[in-house]
Formats: sequence, structure tokens, C-alpha cells
Amino acid sequence: MIETRGLRKSYRSRAGRETKTVDAVRGVDLDVAAGEIFGFLGPNGAGKTTTLRMLATLIEPDGGEAAVAGADLRKDPAEVRRRIGYVAQGGSTWDESSAREELVLQARLYGIGKADAHRRAERALEAFQLVEYADRKCKTYSGGQRRRVEIALGIIHEPKIVFLDEPTTGLDPQSRAHMWDEIRRLRTEGMTVFITTHYLDEADALCDRIAIMDHGEVVAEGTPAELKREISGEVVIVGLDAPSTPRAAELLDTEAYVSKLETVDEGGLRLYVDEGATAIPQVLRRLDHAGLDLRSIELHRPSLDDVFLTKTGRSLRES
Amino acid sequence: MKLARDTWLIFQRQTQLLLRNPVWIFVGVFQPVMYLLLFAPLLKPALNAPTQAAAYKIFVPGLLVLLAIFGGLFQGFGLIAELRAGVIERSRVTPVSRLALLLGRSLRDVVSLIAQAIIITLLALAFDLRVFIGYLLLAYLMLALIALMTSAVSYGIALKVKSEDALAPLMNTVAQPVLLLSGILLPLTFAPGWLQGVAKWNPFSWAVEGTRALFNGDLGNDRVWQGLGIIAVLAAAGVFWAARQFARSVR
Repeated sequence: MIETRGLRKSYRSRAGRETKTVDAVRGVDLDVAAGEIFGFLGPNGAGKTTTLRMLATLIEPDGGEAAVAGADLRKDPAEVRRRIGYVAQGGSTWDESSAREELVLQARLYGIGKADAHRRAERALEAFQLVEYADRKCKTYSGGQRRRVEIALGIIHEPKIVFLDEPTTGLDPQSRAHMWDEIRRLRTEGMTVFITTHYLDEADALCDRIAIMDHGEVVAEGTPAELKREISGEVVIVGLDAPSTPRAAELLDTEAYVSKLETVDEGGLRLYVDEGATAIPQVLRRLDHAGLDLRSIELHRPSLDDVFLTKTGRSLRES
Repeated sequence: MKLARDTWLIFQRQTQLLLRNPVWIFVGVFQPVMYLLLFAPLLKPALNAPTQAAAYKIFVPGLLVLLAIFGGLFQGFGLIAELRAGVIERSRVTPVSRLALLLGRSLRDVVSLIAQAIIITLLALAFDLRVFIGYLLLAYLMLALIALMTSAVSYGIALKVKSEDALAPLMNTVAQPVLLLSGILLPLTFAPGWLQGVAKWNPFSWAVEGTRALFNGDLGNDRVWQGLGIIAVLAAAGVFWAARQFARSVR
């Protein structure tokens, strides 16, 4: 659905007398399949928004190629515009207009006839639970309501792909969860969703696949599970009484699925395994068989932050 | 066809938003009326005009051109607010014609200027101003072209500077010499030779003279077609340039 090769963009910025070239995006290759929620993860200033704006025809790339929804981004941006929807980060509604007016206008800007535009606006208002406020001015809406209007505006023409730039930034936790549901609903309707985010939990919970971007480059790409598995496998932490720990260590050390075993000081073991979900039942069975009582068992999966740390050498939270 | 449809859509929306805010009507009419009531009475003795009506024939066209210039030049402020709200970016990802994004807005400005001009003309009629309707319509065409140009230029500059803080001093700096060198408040016939020479380079001074000739019923005056011609060319250039600003990437 989106295919980019070597997409580049640099800006000239002036500091005093010197002009400096800043490479905002330095050669991005992406492949986004139809019908997936693709997440673009990275700290602020990593080049996420610039890439998104290039794909949405708002900025002209300096180099590289891209096909978006089957149209050539460089040669036929007008066709790309017809096939995509775009929801900007900073909002896109006018204070003095109502949601209905905005939706009808947006549909008509896409060339849709008057009657059809009204029908679509009505449908969108229902789908996004905005009927109650439909004719009030946008400035009276809450942050979450306004964001829903903006997403509705972005998909009023039923695009194949919708680009959402940090759709949940600034929302309270409840509105955020609500927004995730809305985004999943877009996928069930057959749309490809491309979102940028700097929230790890969001990328993890919402996205089918993610690309991690840092300093204008994609440093990792895959499903959240793949990326996490790739770096360190998983850790099963077994809580045991101190006396039974040596015996358990002896038993589990010989198991094939345990790649490394460490003893925890106060009693218990850390088992490094490829996949915790299959290792846990085996560990339980083994210990039960030997008549050893365990206090607790927990699975520690590496987070996307661990992935980010491995790929870039710093934590996403601190950058 | 698509251009006309898109322009109409933008025009409709902008007009609707304008009408929703009745303050502009008050502001837009209040100031010129003050000029008519408080400034114009000075003119008969100052210009040595035979009657009050004759003084109005000189002053009213100038006042209308002034409104067209200033009304247009300050439209950019509204656009900066729209930029900030993300409305412009939202339009730019749709296939809407870029020229329509400009024309829809500028035509709204032209229509509101003409509405203002009609109100002022009607008021001036009460002060014994008399103009032949055909000539008046030609004068309105001149005003429409001026407003189209100045509002387009203002939008183009707004898209470039993107901030009110830069736009306000810029527009004031442009507007002041344009105003003083156009003979709007007092005809340049009173000006010394060097000042008249400088004013010849100000297209608006041609427009003002042309509009005065029309109000005077002097259709044969060369300034009429010269003023219209100059302003029409500049309006076309302004629209072309500003539409390109709408099409260009805004970071």
C-alpha cells in the first residue's frame, strides 16, 4: 500500500550568518501492507512527521521514490491526494464552524456532490458519536471530541490509507483508549492506517507492524513481538524458597529451552528462554514432578524501549 | 469547471463565516461614515469647491479606493489564523484547486468591499452626490480589481511570513507610502512637481484619478481606461503569484 525507497528531505536552517543543512530524513525504505495499522515510532525530531508529510504530498521529497496507494508520489501527487486521508498533529478544525459544516465542506473539497456529502457527514457523525454536538461550534468541543471530528474529516472520502500524525498526543487516558478503538475500527473497515507516535505502549498495543525512526533513519522494522524477540528473548522469573533453589537450578539447567540460567540471591531463578509462553508450562511440570513448591512465576518480556535502547544506544524516554 | 466549483465552495464557506460575525459590518461601515461626516465638511473650503456636492465628488472616490486598498491588505491576518488552526493544511491534502483556495477567499473580500462601497455611496447620495449609474458600476469594477489585487497579495505574503508579528509592520510600511502617493485624501493637483513625478509611479494614483473621473461623469478621460488597465494587469499578477504560494509546500 505504501512503498518507499530512499526517501530524503533536508532543510537549510540559518543560525546567525551560517547556513546549515539539516538532513531531516535520510533515505527511508518502507513497505506497508494493505489493511494493517503501521506505526512510526521515534522521539520528537526523529523525522517521523517530515516523512509523513512527504507521503501525504505536503512536502516535496528531495530524493527517492514512493508509491502510495498505487500512485507515484513524485509524478502524480494529485492522484495520491485523491486516495489518501491525512490528519495533522496540531488540529484542523475551525473554531467558528460546526462539525457538520466541516465534514460537508471536506467531502465537497474531494469532489463529492452536495447530497452525498450531507449523507456522508451524517454517517460520520454517527460513527464517531458526534451527533449530539454536530451543530455546535468546534471551539466548544473537548479535546477528544475535536480529535474525533478531525479523524472523521480525514476519512470522509473513504480513502484507502489514512495518515494520523500523533493521534493521541494530548488526550487523557480515557479519550486515548477510545481513540485506539476508533483506529482499530478503521482497520476493520478495510483501511490501511499509518500512525506516528512517541508512545511505546501505543505502538505496542495498537500497531500490527512498526518502524522505529531515529535521526532521520529507520533503525528497525517488524511486528512489535518480532522486534522484542529479536533483541534478547524473554525471561522467566521463578520464585522459590532459598533451600530448594539449588535443586531447581540443577533440574532446569539441563532443559533444552533454557539458554541461560541465573540464581537470584534471595532464592529463585532467572531463566532466559526464547519464548516464555511455551517455557512456563514445562518449568511448572518439571518442578511439580520433583515435588518442589514454587512461590511465584512471572514472565518478563522486553519492551519496545529495550528495542529502542539496543538499536540507538539510548532510551526513548530520555530522548 | 472544477475551478469554478471549488472557488464557489471556498467563497461560500468564507462568506458564511463572515456573516456569522456581525462586528465586521459595524467596523467596516463605521470608519468610512466617520470620514464622511467629520472629515468631508472640511473639504469644501479646503478644496475651494463651489458646492458640498463637488467636494464629495473628489473625496468619495478617494475614500472608496482607500477602503479597497486597506480592506484587502489586511485580509492576510485571517489567513494566518487559519494556518495556525490547520485549516489550510487540511485543504491542501485534498485535490481542491490551489487557485480556488485563493480566489474563493479574495472574492469574498471583493464582495464585502463592494457591499461597503454601496452603503457609502448611498450615504453620500444623501449629501447631494450624484453619479450616473453606468459610471458608478465602472468605478465599482475598479474597486473590485483593487481589492482583488491587494487581498491576493496580502494572502500571499501571509503564507510566506506566517506570523501576525511580521505581517502587521510589513503591511503598514507598504500601505503608508501607497496612501500618501495616491492623492486619496487630497488630489495631487495640489502637489509640487517632484511629488507628482513620484506619484506617477504609484499605480494607485492612476486608479484614484480614474475613479474620480468616473464620479465626475468624465468617461472620455484617459485615466479611466489607463487606471483600469494597470490595476487589471496588477490584479492578475497578484492572483497568479499568491496562488503559487498556496500550491507551494508550506513547511
